[in-house]
Amino acid sequence: MALPAVGAAMLEIENVSAAYGPVRALDGVNLNVGMGEIVTLIGANGAGKTTLLMTICGRPSAKAGRIKLKGQDITALPTHRIAALGVAHAPEGRHIFARMSVRENLQLGATLAAPANFARNLDRVLTLFPRLAERIDQRGGTLSGGEQQMVAIGRALMAEPDLLLLDEPSLGLAPLVVRQIFAAIGQINRERGTSILLVEQNAHHALALAHRGYVLVAGEIALEGKAADLAVNPQVRDAYLGG
Amino acid sequence: MAYFLQQLINGLTLGAIYGLIAIGYTMVYGIIGMINFAHGEIYMIGAFVGLIGLLALGAVGIASVPLMLVLVILGAMTIAGLYGWTIERLIYRPLRSAPRLAPLISALGLSIALQQYVQLTQGGRVKTLAPMMQGGFVLMRGGDGFAVSLNFLQIFVFLLTIVLMTGLTLLIQRTALGRAQRAVAADPTMAALCGVDVDRTISVTFVIGAALAAVAGVMVVLYYGVIDFRLGFLAGLKAFTAAVLGGVGSLPGAVLGGLVLGLVESFWSGYADAAYKDVAAYAILVLVLVVRPSGLLGRPEIEKV
Ligand SMILES: Nc1ncnc2c1ncn2[C@@H]1O[C@H](COP(=O)(O)OP(=O)(O)OP(=O)(O)O)[C@@H](O)[C@H]1O
Ligand SMILES: [Mg+2]
Repeated sequence: MALPAVGAAMLEIENVSAAYGPVRALDGVNLNVGMGEIVTLIGANGAGKTTLLMTICGRPSAKAGRIKLKGQDITALPTHRIAALGVAHAPEGRHIFARMSVRENLQLGATLAAPANFARNLDRVLTLFPRLAERIDQRGGTLSGGEQQMVAIGRALMAEPDLLLLDEPSLGLAPLVVRQIFAAIGQINRERGTSILLVEQNAHHALALAHRGYVLVAGEIALEGKAADLAVNPQVRDAYLGG
Repeated sequence: MAYFLQQLINGLTLGAIYGLIAIGYTMVYGIIGMINFAHGEIYMIGAFVGLIGLLALGAVGIASVPLMLVLVILGAMTIAGLYGWTIERLIYRPLRSAPRLAPLISALGLSIALQQYVQLTQGGRVKTLAPMMQGGFVLMRGGDGFAVSLNFLQIFVFLLTIVLMTGLTLLIQRTALGRAQRAVAADPTMAALCGVDVDRTISVTFVIGAALAAVAGVMVVLYYGVIDFRLGFLAGLKAFTAAVLGGVGSLPGAVLGGLVLGLVESFWSGYADAAYKDVAAYAILVLVLVVRPSGLLGRPEIEKV
């Protein structure tokens, strides 16, 4: 697989802590995503995975530590400015705009992309998820869970991101749809060189797709390594791969 | 029949004005879930700017009524829009994550402050304007000689309201700005993740609401020819009622609520005791809310912007 300059840093998270009021959710987290790399973050419920992805986007912003995107410090930037620098997020729970059509959801994803590229990007998303083409004028709230996940990922892609954040894209989906979604994630990375930080409960699929992985336990990074190594690590197997 | 028709025309005119003010309440509620009780004062300020503008243009010798109207309406929209922007920026934005009561109390305080400010700078007495747009059509004459008239001013109010409502609907439904407003109303965090500047979008919403209220203010100056610094209190309350009646958060609801309220007041004044027209209006409100708690066009989960 010829990846563009794997190794150069897309995202650097240094000693980041985050909290919701008095509740501490992240504690001194270090994590990197290289250019063109797929990195997965696995961990139990409540470990802080969603918080880490949202902290990258400035909601909540980091209490301590630094976050850099392509070398630029984004720790204190407001969310829309971080998006403008090339971060797109398909968040936990999908957050589809329920009263808007699929098209409008995708248009919102393209808020910061060059209008001249809209038609081409829309075409790409609809090629990746042909199901959305049939439902382009349907209201987001009436889509099935799998279709909503496709909209969430498609909406993020409409921004032409350099870094794509995906929070449990397989949650609640049938095995066939999960395979489709994972295939699409691989395709996005291969074809566009998009760096991806993928949070998954489905560690099996995630480690098969990713280049590297991190294990988050109670807000701290407990393990990191090549995805292939993590997949055979006994601790990981016991806790996240069902033995 | 003739008398009925006349009350209908009067009621619709009044209702259009209420509707334009009500849009400001409903849009702001839709996007940040707050009732901006200072909105009535923005309308009052719009009326004052309109009055001052008309007198000033007259004084410098501009006699063309259409030109005066265009200039005064644009001027009032701009100045009221600036007030709306400033209020949001200085007062509501810092309080956005405060407990709900804080912005509400601030709005009431601000409302009093704005009234006093206009009273101090413009004086407390009633201001009058000589009628500018006279003439109209006599639509029909009743058997008793009662003439139903539709004057130019009423036509102007109807047309302008329709134009503004159409424009606003297109803006909200078809443009990137409108899409951003709906997105912020539905899910501000997700909107921000999509790259929408949430603060700017909220500011723009305040400006639009204030500008429409200013148009209503200019209309009232032209229509009734008398204003004072207390103008915003009752009209604000009525427009707020219209917004609730139509379903707060719903744009068509605001206009419908305004029209219903205007018609009730007009017919009650025409056929019963004018002194009790507000009682009738609020009785209708209570009745509607008992049957449909979310208002005429409101959705149970509240249709936003
Ligand atoms: N808005 C919030 N307010 C207060 N505490 C929160 C909030 N969101 C998350 N937390 C807490 O922060 C911790 C980390 O939560 P987070 O959602 O990041 O976990 P997660 O790893 O994504 O879990 P899951 O796998 O269940 O999605 C949890 O203890 C959670 O209760
Ligand atoms: Mg989570």
